[in-house]
Amino acid sequence: MSDAPALLSVSDARLRFGEVTALDGVSLALRPGECLGLVGHNGAGKSTLVNVLNGGLALHAGSVAAGGRAGRWDVAAARAMGLRCVFQELSLCPNLTVAENARILHRGHFGLRWRAEARRLARAALDAVFPGHGIDVRAQVASLALAQRQMVEIALAFAEAGTPARLVILDEPTSSLDAGIAGQLLAHVRRFVAAGGTVVLISHILSEVLATATRIVVMKDGKVVADRPAAAFTQAGLVAAMGSTARERQRPDRAAAAAAPEPLAVHASPRGLPVRVAPGEVVGLTGLAGHGQTELLRALHERLAPAWAAGRDPKVAYVAGDRRFDGILPLWSIRRNLTISALAALTRRGLVDGRAEAAAAEAWRTRIGIRSPDLGLPILSLSGGNQQKVLFARALLAAAPLVLMDDPMRGVDVGTKQEVYGIIRAEAAAGRAFVWYSTEIEEMELCDRVYVFREGAAVAELEGEEITEAAILAASFAGHAAEALA
Amino acid sequence: MRLSPDLIRLAVPFLALAALLAGVFWLQPRAMSYTGLNLLFNLAVPIALATLAQMFIIAVNDLDLSMGAFVSFAACVTATFLHDTPVLGALILAASVAAYAALGVVIHLRGLPAIVVTLGMSFVWLGLAVMILPAPGGAAPAWLRALMTVRPPLLPMALAASILIALVAHLIIARSALGVLIRGVGGNERSVARAGWSVLRAKAAAYALAGLFGVLAGMALVGLTTSADANIALRYTLLSIAGVILGGGEFVGGRVSAVGAVVGALTLALAGSFLSFLRLSPDWQIGAQGAILILVLALRLGLDALERRRRGRA
Repeated sequence: MSDAPALLSVSDARLRFGEVTALDGVSLALRPGECLGLVGHNGAGKSTLVNVLNGGLALHAGSVAAGGRAGRWDVAAARAMGLRCVFQELSLCPNLTVAENARILHRGHFGLRWRAEARRLARAALDAVFPGHGIDVRAQVASLALAQRQMVEIALAFAEAGTPARLVILDEPTSSLDAGIAGQLLAHVRRFVAAGGTVVLISHILSEVLATATRIVVMKDGKVVADRPAAAFTQAGLVAAMGSTARERQRPDRAAAAAAPEPLAVHASPRGLPVRVAPGEVVGLTGLAGHGQTELLRALHERLAPAWAAGRDPKVAYVAGDRRFDGILPLWSIRRNLTISALAALTRRGLVDGRAEAAAAEAWRTRIGIRSPDLGLPILSLSGGNQQKVLFARALLAAAPLVLMDDPMRGVDVGTKQEVYGIIRAEAAAGRAFVWYSTEIEEMELCDRVYVFREGAAVAELEGEEITEAAILAASFAGHAAEALA
Repeated sequence: MRLSPDLIRLAVPFLALAALLAGVFWLQPRAMSYTGLNLLFNLAVPIALATLAQMFIIAVNDLDLSMGAFVSFAACVTATFLHDTPVLGALILAASVAAYAALGVVIHLRGLPAIVVTLGMSFVWLGLAVMILPAPGGAAPAWLRALMTVRPPLLPMALAASILIALVAHLIIARSALGVLIRGVGGNERSVARAGWSVLRAKAAAYALAGLFGVLAGMALVGLTTSADANIALRYTLLSIAGVILGGGEFVGGRVSAVGAVVGALTLALAGSFLSFLRLSPDWQIGAQGAILILVLALRLGLDALERRRRGRA
């Protein structure tokens, strides 16, 4: 295409995390004076690619070249080149003031009277991007509203300090901004690009990307599947590009769900659709990660399992997705990890009945196929997939009528997945209800009903044959069209 | 006028101190004099220094359980080596500050829990202190004794010193670039590292500052008591933690205040005198001191909740 040397380019980038291929041969060149829109669904590899670009992750194969020269690429090299990043999770120090954060972010730029300089820098940066922002730069970040924090972070990324900003990566920068402020930001991005800067814009609001980016790259399963000028795309075209080619549906043919049984639980939120689940149903929660699915599971769990009322018949069981965070008990044996959920039922006169415990664990070992010679071994002796099976068995062992699953298949191999899918269907047929949050769209096709989440609320409900990848993608990425153009 | 949450946070220790002081004056009007105030707050100076030392550790989200033992060790060195062979004494104290910095490095590099490391170190410091001074004794260097008993005009030495210490520590932690960095590490370690700073050096600096203020606490203590003992400051560990929290600090999040910490230390020191003036039996004093602490912290939690609700409505 253009002859100008690329500001930053990756070629044939490959990266694996355990079982998961995050980047599968990505080549991408960023040139001065362009705004690259990067879109894709969960697990497409966007965040991984960003982390490669900013030097946070080293590639397993392939190379990163800055200014046409390949070399050592790490965080320091990226900073020296003038690369600035705004991450989806806020990365300011909440206990410091806005000006002090400017001091932290732009080191080596200040003299002895740095407090006044930092205040001036922060004020100028905010004025440049968000005129009329009304933010006091002496205020502690923790005392600002979420949108204001995001404004500060964005403004500081564009700030003129130290190495001038040449490449700014914005990862969902408008997620907590209202339409007017988002418009200011996008206008600034256009000005910055027109002046020769480069921006990588990641956003789930496609109209924003279409209106701002000069070129759009669509990723899917760790690969670039489309790379064209923005003018060549329409919103529908982008959604279509994110989806996969027609594929065999995994959905087993089932008799239509029984005529709307009494719902087991309903979670109504002030915004969006109420989420209902009935006995024997598998309800899926989908949408882009971090749009309120986990919060819904937590809220349901909190309501159905109050702190004081645990007992012999629990109403709800929970399968953790982040095994290390709220899943396994790392120092315990497989057996104890498995039976902890049903301890009340396995207890007689206040003592744990060892024989009943062993029998229960053994029964589930054969049922769910935990590959271990001895359940007395520590849980960490198992592979990740088998640890996840233990967590499933734990949830199913508790006689709870409702099972909540928080993206439980993260990093689990295909074989294990198929086994667990089978057990979920069998348990559902026996009358148990599941609420299943997953970042993988294919898993949604195993559900009876699916809620698509966007910005903290369920915005679409799909049932039966309506559950398709295209429909889910359309619902995840729609919206905001009118506002973003404002 | 709308009070900022920070001001409210800082107001609580001042209010608690004022209330206790009013109580003391009411029970014992003679305390309301130059000498009386000096006596009331005398022992608060080393406690304030130890509290500031603890504050630097808490600012980076760690906790030092060896503070009392370390202050005792510093006091023993001051009463022996610094008195007999000043150069050697100064070297030992400087080495102990360096040891603190090294502790910070080890804790950060190996990812060890600071509580465990410092708990272990407390026995090391205590053992060294016992080796130096097996029985209570030693003597304060003359200059130190003179410094701690100086009688400045207007304000008693204890209060003047507390104000000076608070100002210096405030400059370090709140105004200097190093202080911002240290608090930044407490607030969001990853973003500080991403911005290209060395978190390791920030932590080492925080620990070194803690060591420095710990040494100063030991020296001040010897200047007041004229002799030392290996167990002289053991209760400082918990007093210093309580002082930081009382003064508006938080265990995590890099939210600390130097002025608050000093006021918190003064409050704790005064609580003991207040209870004596109440003629409370010594058996009950520790419990009553704890009750005062809980009361003040409850007040702060209440104000925090109020602030949150106000913000929630806004």
